[in-house]
Amino acid sequence: MAFVNLKKKEVQAKIVYYGPGRGGKTTNLEFIYNRIRSQMQNEMVTIKTHGDRTLFFDFLPLNIGTIKGYSIRTQLYTVPGQVKYNATRRLVLRGVDGIVFVADSMAVRKEKNISSLKNLEENLAAYQKDLYKIPIVLQYNKRDLGKKGVPLLSIEEMERDLNSKLKAPSFGTSAMIGHNVVATLKKAIQMTMISLQRTLM
Amino acid sequence: MTYILEQKQIEEIEQVLSKSLIDLGVHSVILIDMAGNIVVDQDSGNSDHDIYSLAALAAGNYGAMNAMANIVGEDEFSLLFHKGETANIHFSKILSDYLLVSIFGKEISLGFLRLKVAEAVAKIEKLLPTQSA
Repeated sequence: MAFVNLKKKEVQAKIVYYGPGRGGKTTNLEFIYNRIRSQMQNEMVTIKTHGDRTLFFDFLPLNIGTIKGYSIRTQLYTVPGQVKYNATRRLVLRGVDGIVFVADSMAVRKEKNISSLKNLEENLAAYQKDLYKIPIVLQYNKRDLGKKGVPLLSIEEMERDLNSKLKAPSFGTSAMIGHNVVATLKKAIQMTMISLQRTLM
Repeated sequence: MTYILEQKQIEEIEQVLSKSLIDLGVHSVILIDMAGNIVVDQDSGNSDHDIYSLAALAAGNYGAMNAMANIVGEDEFSLLFHKGETANIHFSKILSDYLLVSIFGKEISLGFLRLKVAEAVAKIEKLLPTQSA
């Protein structure tokens, strides 16, 4: 539910990082926050459990400049990935305009990725939104772990598992070191803005 | 779903919030939608809260409260209010998609604030577009 403020000439849109638990959603936001914190007036908000897992959401407002005279403010959110937190996950999705799906490249997380994407589809449907129509970018995260000998799913296999029907833009990433984190976000913002423009015209 | 508010609509809402609440002594009022976007904000000039974070947290908090209400068999809780040492926060739903967040101090009683918020809400309802997120 993006909002266009004609007085301030400002567009506000909501992008949500979704995906299985411990996949790197919060790490994505932390990387972005650390890159831009010197220019920010706001701090990143996190609601975590004692064990450092996301309990409700992380939130990072991001002013990304102007398009055609309108200042664009994107609100970045993460959801809690753990299966048991579906009620709060669904709350965060309310009014979502664009999604970054953070999949975990570790071979042992294959099924968790697939079930999280299915869960996203169900939760979007609760808001009359269609996974196949909403702007979405896939991220195959933790690619750096391959060098440390951790068995990873190949990009091809992840594409087959998650993207064969969606056919969304996808990136192999390492959120810990920031590889392709900004590229993913840029793509998600671009797709969200194009989609908003279409609904406004 | 995208919605637009014209300059005139925003100024009318600002005027209602300013006259009904800020002039009364409320420190800061933020009208948000349930996605956590800020529609209008007004303050007394002495407040420097991070309103974007407040908006995101208020929308999440309201959603969580509503979900709790449903679990105990209520449609919604009619009073949402947090009391602090020097600052208090009051939430009021407007139509089905907006939330008015008022931050006020000790000078105003909760009862009086609720009365004034209700008056402001009745006026703002007529100025906002209806949404379904």
